[in-house]
Amino acid sequence: MTTSLLARDLTLGYGDAPIVSELSLEVPDDSFTIVIGPNACGKSTLLRGLARLLRPTAGAVLLDGTDIRASKPKDTARRLGLLPQSAIAPDGITVADLVGRGRFPHQSAMRTWSSADEAAVSEAMAATGVTELSRRLVDELSGGQRQRVWVAMALAQQTKHLLLDEPTTFLDIAHQIELMELFTDLHRSGTTLVAVLHDLNHAARYATHLVAMRDGAIVAQGDPQEIITADLVEAVYDLPCQVITDPVSGTPLVLPLGRRSR
Amino acid sequence: MPGGAGRADVSPHRTGTLAVGLLVATVVLIAAAVASLAIGNRAIDPLTVVRALAAYDDANPLHLMVMELRVPRTLLGILVGAALAVCGGLIQAFTRNPLADPGILGVNAGASFAVTFAVGVLGLTTPGTYVPFALAGAFILTVIVYALGSVGASGATPMKLTLAGVALGAACTGFTTAIVLRDEGTLQVMRFWSVGSIGGRTLDQLTWAAPLIVAGLVIGLLCARSLNALTLGDELAQALGVRVRSTRVWVVVAVTLLAGTAVAAAGPIAFVGLMIPHVVRWFTGPDQRWVLTYSMVLGPAFLLLADVLGRIVLPSGELRVGIVTALLGAPILIMLVRRKRVSGL
Amino acid sequence: MSVIDHGRRLIRVETAHTATLVPVRSVLVCLGLVVVIIGAGLFAMTIGAYEIGFDAVIRAIVDPASDPDVRQVVTEWRLPRVLFAVLCGAALALAGGIFQSLTRNPLGSPDIIGFGVGAQFGVTLTMLVLGLNTYLFKAAGALVGGLLTALLVALLANRHTMSSFRLIIVGIGVSAGLGSLTSWILISVSVEQAMMAATWGAGSLASLGFDQLLPAATAFVVFALLARPLRRSLPVLEMGDDAAMALGVRPGRTRLIAMVVGVALVALVTAAAGPISFIALAAPQIAQRLTRSNTPMGLAPVMLTGAALVIVSDAVAQLLAVPVGVVTLSVGGIYLTCLLAAQFVRRT
Repeated sequence: MTTSLLARDLTLGYGDAPIVSELSLEVPDDSFTIVIGPNACGKSTLLRGLARLLRPTAGAVLLDGTDIRASKPKDTARRLGLLPQSAIAPDGITVADLVGRGRFPHQSAMRTWSSADEAAVSEAMAATGVTELSRRLVDELSGGQRQRVWVAMALAQQTKHLLLDEPTTFLDIAHQIELMELFTDLHRSGTTLVAVLHDLNHAARYATHLVAMRDGAIVAQGDPQEIITADLVEAVYDLPCQVITDPVSGTPLVLPLGRRSR
Repeated sequence: MPGGAGRADVSPHRTGTLAVGLLVATVVLIAAAVASLAIGNRAIDPLTVVRALAAYDDANPLHLMVMELRVPRTLLGILVGAALAVCGGLIQAFTRNPLADPGILGVNAGASFAVTFAVGVLGLTTPGTYVPFALAGAFILTVIVYALGSVGASGATPMKLTLAGVALGAACTGFTTAIVLRDEGTLQVMRFWSVGSIGGRTLDQLTWAAPLIVAGLVIGLLCARSLNALTLGDELAQALGVRVRSTRVWVVVAVTLLAGTAVAAAGPIAFVGLMIPHVVRWFTGPDQRWVLTYSMVLGPAFLLLADVLGRIVLPSGELRVGIVTALLGAPILIMLVRRKRVSGL
Repeated sequence: MSVIDHGRRLIRVETAHTATLVPVRSVLVCLGLVVVIIGAGLFAMTIGAYEIGFDAVIRAIVDPASDPDVRQVVTEWRLPRVLFAVLCGAALALAGGIFQSLTRNPLGSPDIIGFGVGAQFGVTLTMLVLGLNTYLFKAAGALVGGLLTALLVALLANRHTMSSFRLIIVGIGVSAGLGSLTSWILISVSVEQAMMAATWGAGSLASLGFDQLLPAATAFVVFALLARPLRRSLPVLEMGDDAAMALGVRPGRTRLIAMVVGVALVALVTAAAGPISFIALAAPQIAQRLTRSNTPMGLAPVMLTGAALVIVSDAVAQLLAVPVGVVTLSVGGIYLTCLLAAQFVRRT
C-alpha cells in the first residue's frame, strides 16, 4: 500500500488552542478515505490542513514526498483538488462557465482554453449528469443540482487526489446517495478520495478506509468492516448503539439505541 | 429566539436598569443644554441664564444674547439631534445594516439640489426663501427613491431602497455641482449651506421645524415594536403578525420627516444618525423601543456638546457643528468597526 | 466551435503555442465601441471656441499640408484632450472592474477606499493653504493625498482577515473626516479660491496637453500589463478564498497586486484630471451586460467601454461648458437608476 498524501505530526489551530495536535495520517493511494467524528472533533480542520487552506503551527503535509507548502500552488492544484464547503457562485454565471473555472491550474497566459480543457469539462459534466444544465444559470438551480455542478468543477480539475468537505450536507437522501455513488465511480476509476462526512452509516457503507476522530486525535482507522464496533461508536460519539451487517451492502450498519430501547 | 413583536424576554431587573440609564441620559442632555446656553465666545454663568429664561429683561445684553442667540441655537440642536439620532436608529433597523446613515435615502442630496436650484437658478438669496426648497427637495427625492425601490414584485426591500438612494443621490449631486460651479454667487451660498450648522437661526425658523420633527418622532416610536419584528426578516415578521408593507411605509414617512426637516433646518450633519443608535445599542440591546428612546435623548446631547466644542476649540471664530461631528465621528466609527463584533441589531 | 453548450457563441482557436476561446459577442462589442470612440472623438474635436467642421478635423489629422492654424488647434489642443479621455476612461474602467471583482459587489468602487476624497483634500490643501497652483503641484497633491488616504484606509481596515464590509465602513469614515476638513478649508478662504478648488474637484479634462499625456500613457501601459494575469486569476478568486486556493491561486498575494494596480490606475487619472466619478462603477457593469460576461473583470471590452463613456461625456461637457466629472456623475446616476429599475422588475 503506497501513500502519496500524508500528514506528519500536524498541529493545526486558530490562535492559541490547537484543534488538531501532532496528528499523523497516511492516506492510502486509490482509497476512498472517509473521516468521521462528532462536531468540533477537528475533522474539517484536518481536511483544510491537508488541502493547504490552513497553515500548520507544527508538522507538515506531504504530497508525493514534498511539503505542499513548499510547492507552487498551481502545481499542487494539478494533483490535489478540493470541494470546499463555502464556495460562492458568482452572480449570473452559467454551469458550463463555472465548471470551466476548474481548469485554471492547467491553463496559462498563452493557453487559456485548449482541447484538453474542452474534454475535461465535458467529461466532468457528463459524469455528474449536469450536461443538460450546461447553459443554465447556477443561481437558478436547486440545491442538489448546484452541488453536482461544484463536484463537476472539482472533477474538471482532473487531480489524482480529491478532498471533499461535507459534500452531502443540505441534500435530500436521494441526492446524497447519488453523490456517494458518483464518488464511488470516481474512486474506481483511479482517484484517491478523502471526504469528511457527517453520516456514519454512509461512511461505513462507502469508505474503503475509515478514520474516526475525537478531540483532535485519531481514535481508530482502517477497514470499516473491521473497526466499526459498538464500542468504537460509543467511544467516538458517546452514543450507545448496536452494530449489525447491512443486509443490502454487507457493510456495518449502526443502529442507535434510543432511550426507550434500553 | 424571537420573543414576539415586543421583547417579552427582558427581565424586570433589566427594565429597571434601562429606566435608570434613561434618567441619567436625560440629566446629561440637560447639562448639555445648559452648557450650550452658557458657553460661547462670551461665557455666561448659569445663574444669569436661568434668570434670562425666567425673568427676561430685554435691556440686559447678556439676556439678549441668551434669548436671541443661544436659545434658538440650543432648541434647534435638541430638535435636530433628536431627529437625526432617531432617524438613524430607524434606518439601521429598517435596512438591517448596523452602520447605515440617514442620508442613504437621498434626503441630503435632494435638499442640496433643491437649495442649489433655488439659489443658482431662481436667484433666491435669503434663507427664509430657500429653506422651504430644502424641505421640498428632501421629501420629493425620498418619494422618488421609495418609488424606485418599490418597483418589482418584492416591494421596497432595504437593499433596493439603498441602491436606489445611491443612484438617485449621485444624479442629484451631479446636477447640484453643475449649477454650483457656474457662478460664484451660488458657490458662496452653497459652500456654507453644505456644512451643517445650528447657529444663526431665529426662533421663528423653528416654528415650522418643530411640529414636523415631533410628528416624525412620534411615528418612529410607534413603529418601534413592528420594527423589532421586521429586523428578523420579512417572512418571520409576517408570521408574527406584523403588516410588513404598511410598516415600511410608515418608517419611510418618519425617516423623511426627521431627516428632511433636519437637513432643511441645519444643513447636512454627518454621523449623529449613524453613531448614536449604534452606541446606544451597546447598552440597551436590540429592542427598538429603548434604542429609539435613548437615541432621542442622547442624540441632542451629543450634537449640543459638539456644537459647544466648535465654539471654544478655535482661538477665534467657531467651527461649525457639521465639521465637528465629522471629525469626532470618523475616528469613533473606525474604532467601532475594528472591534471584533459590530453591535448587531 | 466548442463541444460544450455555453449558451453563447464561441470560436475556439488552437495552434501549437496558443489556445483560446474567443467569445463572438465580445469581439463585436469591442468593434462597435471602437467605432463609437472614433466617431465621438472626431465630433469632440469639432467643438470649441474656434469652429472647425468634421471634415476639417479629419483633414487636419491626416494631411500634413492642410491649414496650419487648424492643424495647431486640432493636434495641439483638442487631440490630446480626446486621447486623454480615452486613457482616463480605460484606466478608471479597468480599476473599477478589478475592485468590483475583488469586493464581489457591483457597487464596489475605488471610491470606497476614499481615494477621491483624499485626493481632493490633498489638492485643496496644496492650492489654498500652501498656495501652490501649477499642474505639477496639483497632481502631486492629488497623488499624495489620495495614496496616503488609501493606505490609511487599508491599514485601518486590516485585521486578521480582510472584510469588505469593514473596508467600506472605514472608507466612509475616513472620507467623511477628510471631506469635512476640505469643507472647512473651502469655507475659510475667499469665494474665488473656493471656486478654483471646487472646479478641480469636479474632474476636468480641459487644459491637458501632450506634455501631460506621455507620462500618463506610459504609466497606464505599465499597469495595464500588470493587470493582464489578473484577468484570469480574479474570476477564480471571486469564488471564495478556499475555492481559489484549491485551484492554485494565492488569495492574499493576488488581492494585494490587484489593489495596488487598481489604486495606481485611479491615482493616475485623479492626478491628471481630478476625480471623475462613476466611470469605475458603471463601465464594468455596462461592459458585463453588453458582452454577457460572468465577471466584471475584463480587459478590452471594459477598457473600451470606459473610454467610450468618457469621450462622450467630455463632448457633452464641452457643449454645456461644465467639467466632465459633473456629466459623468449626473448621467451615471441616471444610468444606474434605469439599470436598477430594469433589474428590479426582472429579478424580483
